[in-house]
Order: sequence, then C-alpha cells, then structure tokens
Amino acid sequence: MVPVGYYTTLSAVLFTIGVVGVLVRRNPLVIFMSIELMLNAANLAFVAFGREAGQLDGQVIVFFVMTVAAAEVAVGLAIIVAIFRARQRINVDDLNLMRW
Amino acid sequence: MEQVTFFVTALIAVASAIGLVVRRNPLHGALFLVVNLFCVAVLYLLLRAEFLAAAQVIIYAGAIMVLFLFAIMILIPGRAETGRDPFRRQRLAALPLGAAFLLLVGVLMWGGPPPGGAPPPPGGAAAVGRLLFTDYLLPFEITAVLLLAALVGALVLARRRA
Repeated sequence: MVPVGYYTTLSAVLFTIGVVGVLVRRNPLVIFMSIELMLNAANLAFVAFGREAGQLDGQVIVFFVMTVAAAEVAVGLAIIVAIFRARQRINVDDLNLMRW
Repeated sequence: MEQVTFFVTALIAVASAIGLVVRRNPLHGALFLVVNLFCVAVLYLLLRAEFLAAAQVIIYAGAIMVLFLFAIMILIPGRAETGRDPFRRQRLAALPLGAAFLLLVGVLMWGGPPPGGAPPPPGGAAAVGRLLFTDYLLPFEITAVLLLAALVGALVLARRRA
C-alpha cells in the first residue's frame, strides 16, 4: 500500500505547478486550465486524507468541488469569450481597465 | 504492484502538468490537462474511490475539457501569446517564488495526517450516495441552485449585445 504522504506530496507538486502556471502565462485560457490543475491537486489531497482518516466525507467534498469547478468554468469561459468579442485581444496584461 | 502503478501515474501526471504550463499553444495545453485528469482518476482508483474516478472522467475530462476546447477554437489559439512581454522581469521572479512555495507546502504535506487507524471504507457509488443524501443533503441542494445560477449567468454573458 502506498503511504498517504506520497499522495499529499504529489498533490503539493501539482498545486505548485498550477500556481506557477497562473503566474507566468498570459493567455487567460491557460491560466484557467492551471486553476483546474490546482483544484485537482486539492481534490487529490482530500481523497488521500479521507482514506487515511477512514471516512468518506473527503470524497463527498470532492464531489462538491467538481460541481463548483463546472459552474466556474461555464461562467469564466463566457466572460473570456465576451471580453474577446469586445476587445479582440485576450492577453491578461491588456485588461487593465479596472486596475489603478 | 500498487507502488509501481502509483509512481508511473504520478510521473505522467507531473510531466503533463509541466507540459500544460510550458507549451505555447493552448490546444496542446488542453490535451496535456486531459492526460493529467486521467492520471488523477487512476490515483482515485488506487485510493479506492471508484465513484470519484468515474465522475472525474465524465465531468472533468468529458464535460469541462470539451468546453475548454470549444473556447480555444473560438478564440484563435495561434495569436494568443505573441508580441513583447511587458512584465518579463516579474515573470522570471515567479520561478523562485514557485520553488519557495513548493518547499513550504511540501514540508507541511510530507508527513501526511496522523493515522486514523480505521480501515479504509469502500468508495463505491452506494456508500458515497448514502452520505450525500443524508448528512450532506443541504449542501447538495445548494449545489443545484449554484448550477442554475451558473447556467443563467453563462447564458446572459454569452448573449450578443447583452
């Protein structure tokens, strides 16, 4: 049996790769996919912790996280498409209208 | 056998995650992310979470990634990240910061939780469903409202000349 520490470490590595992706990329779609990567890493940690604690609650939480991710992607992609329609450019650094 | 499966899957998962961040073309990134999601589904199977493994493939790799691919196709991937980078120095700082973050989280996560001692429960759809519809009934109902709100919001945003 694989120790739970291995799973949580893998989860930390995947989460960090997602964080770096959000920081270095300019395309909002890739940034979005990096956020999905982070959500997945957190889910993996939830399931691993749940198994170690001998409870199913972790898996139920992961189910809810998946639902929230689906809702977030639907709205987020709609926003990105709307921005692209209005500005014809989608680099995140160009979108500084609401920044002081 | 289980260890071999874990290490091979973990290696593929990390490699595909790096591929997502490194590749310029978002279409390649999306395909790398699909590989990553499948790897996490395999890890769920190793953790005896059969229901979540199926849900992962259906919801994430199926529904969400198809949505991503549609958006990428609409938004013309080729022109996405060209031209000069106005924040190049700040971006280079992201790499040491990411390494420091990994160190921080890795130290916290390495040991894992204190062992609970209880035998691992079966993760079939029946057990998860029973918990979902008893203890977690209220969050489940709120989820329905959330999905409806997302549906309406996406429709309003996607409408031409909103």
